[in-house]
Amino acid sequence: MKIDIILAGVGGQGILSIASIIGYAAVKKGLYLKQAEVHGMSQRGGDVQSNFRLADYPIASDLIPKGKADLIISVEPMEALRYLPWLSKDGMLITNDQPFININNYPDESVLKAELDKLPRKVVINADQVAKDLGSVRSANMVILGAASPFINMDFSALENAVSEVFARKGEEVVNVNLACLQAGREFAEKNK
Amino acid sequence: MAKQLFLGDEAIAQAALDAGLSGVYAYPGTPSTEITEYIQHSKQAANGNVHREWASNEKTALEAAIGMSYAGKRAMACMKHVGLNVAADPFMNVAITGANGGLVILVADDPSMHSSQDEQDSRFFAKFAFIPVFEPSNQQEAYDMTYEAFDYSEKYRIPVMIRITTRLAHSRAGVEQRPARPQNEINLHPNKKQFILLPALARKYYNELLDKQIPMEAESENSKYNKFIEGKDKSLGIITSGIAYNYLMENYVETTCPYPVLKINQYPLPVKMITKLVDECDSVLVLEEGYPLIEEQLRGLLNRGGNIKGRLDGTISRVGELNPNMVGSALGIKQEEGSPIPEIVAPRPPALCVACPHIDSYIALNEAMVEHGEGKVFADIGCYTLGALPPYNAIYSTVDMGASITMAKGAADAGLRPTVGVIGDSTFTHSGITSLLDCVWDKTPVTIMILDNSTTGMTGGQDSHAFGKIETICLGLGVEKEHIRIIKPLKNRHAENVQVIKEELAYEGVSVIIPTRECIQTLNKRVREKSK
Repeated sequence: MKIDIILAGVGGQGILSIASIIGYAAVKKGLYLKQAEVHGMSQRGGDVQSNFRLADYPIASDLIPKGKADLIISVEPMEALRYLPWLSKDGMLITNDQPFININNYPDESVLKAELDKLPRKVVINADQVAKDLGSVRSANMVILGAASPFINMDFSALENAVSEVFARKGEEVVNVNLACLQAGREFAEKNK
Repeated sequence: MAKQLFLGDEAIAQAALDAGLSGVYAYPGTPSTEITEYIQHSKQAANGNVHREWASNEKTALEAAIGMSYAGKRAMACMKHVGLNVAADPFMNVAITGANGGLVILVADDPSMHSSQDEQDSRFFAKFAFIPVFEPSNQQEAYDMTYEAFDYSEKYRIPVMIRITTRLAHSRAGVEQRPARPQNEINLHPNKKQFILLPALARKYYNELLDKQIPMEAESENSKYNKFIEGKDKSLGIITSGIAYNYLMENYVETTCPYPVLKINQYPLPVKMITKLVDECDSVLVLEEGYPLIEEQLRGLLNRGGNIKGRLDGTISRVGELNPNMVGSALGIKQEEGSPIPEIVAPRPPALCVACPHIDSYIALNEAMVEHGEGKVFADIGCYTLGALPPYNAIYSTVDMGASITMAKGAADAGLRPTVGVIGDSTFTHSGITSLLDCVWDKTPVTIMILDNSTTGMTGGQDSHAFGKIETICLGLGVEKEHIRIIKPLKNRHAENVQVIKEELAYEGVSVIIPTRECIQTLNKRVREKSK
């Protein structure tokens, strides 16, 4: 078993929290894991990605080869498209549809939507809205993780436990809202995949 | 003990603590910052009273680590590759005095220049200084090698370099820890003249350093970190250094590499192992994460030795970080690719944060500079380097830490008027103070803007040694009180700020303007923590 994930977004959007949740769950299961992150200059509003690799055998490279990623999980729609060369032929793309616009030449919404529509296997969700409705705008990343969860070869309860553990020091309220976001994302994906 | 999920940087930090570290010395620099931060947050370090405050710069950091080693305790200095340039003087010379307590110099290189101004390969520096290098290929090796590097350092009384690159520094994997060893007691060197580099003594110690190369090379030949992996197909032999090995193996996940492979992770180079590979194989492919250090030595100037492939003959790109696809292509293995990036995807370069004080400083400076034209603002290393990008296009140069002030000075000496140096508070105390002293000594007409956001911003908000002291430092250096101007970089102060800058640009002497407002990132963080 192996699963290779490209996590994508803009610096500061919280893709590393997604990675730490899956990572926590994976380590509990005794899986091998490698997770390459971007720190430093690019974190300041630039495009960021994390190469996240899980397997039940030792993993060689910290970087995923092109055409081998099983999933792209993105918290921003244009950023999701940036990593298509890494997505395998039968790979799946899960993305937030809410743009983060901090550049002048950001594509029009319709053009962006058309590009996403071309993809055969995808879940596109307004994670910001879901998170807002549940009372925590900052938890959109957990909605996205929930939407990706049916495609990650791991029990949902393992991810829920990881959310509880990772957010534990922030208090019960934070844990609960993040769990609700995770659940809502998953339900959306189950209905719309 | 269960495996811990560690960044490469964190694995090194934990290993150093477990090896009985008494002090870490560092200045923040991507991708090395997280090592010291980990130790700063570690209970183990606090319980052991391990020194873990930031240093002013890499030179002071390494010198303090050297002092701790001379006192008999185990010390580590951490820096990014260009930080080693700053620390080059103590680095070259501590190789000659040798170490006492275990001394590890951790250098994190940044091939592809993700967050740096060059991609220099620190292995060349180690070779230059005749010191051994451990170059881990994964997080577990990063832990194990760091743990053992202190023993090696004490055995040969030599500083040891651990060289990592961005990819390992910032990638997580499970790491198994070893039992923690107690710290050393204070223990001075038996030869009380061992650390005095008077010429007569230095000549002796330099010869001793050269003599150490023979047993150290034998260590490399027998090291568990240097592996010769047999292969049946001798048409090609492959040498890998550091994490290049992983990219090679990624191309043989479902099959076995048919060629003999020499995995090198410890230097000085194991010459016998290399000889065996070269003798056995028709040609040799050298895969190195960095400059072609091994390849260049194998080829020699004339490349008469045979068929050596790598970065120098174009088999692998001459520049940049390796990846599995580059290595696979070099081996003639067909590489897959998903669909191309749609044309609508626009580049998203890093940018100054919304509400960043530097934005207001640059807008004011740009307006004051309109009448003087372009090419007169010399900047420095930090978030404010992003002033190079649109919409600001505000700066003419960025080279190295502290250089803004002295570059502005040199241009002023050349007759350019007015010239401006733009530098951050932390970069100023890193290595801008002596530059400003030169300006004061020469009475050079320059305007220096010290952007004081009370933190080391780009690397994530570490404490700045300059905190609350910049004005006093400038006064102490001899800058005239009436030409030290503190302004608040805010939109509603724009007009008065432009006026202050214009006044100082017109002054034929040393002016310092200090735009003072806290970094928006550290401010937000503080507010968040307060509200909890």
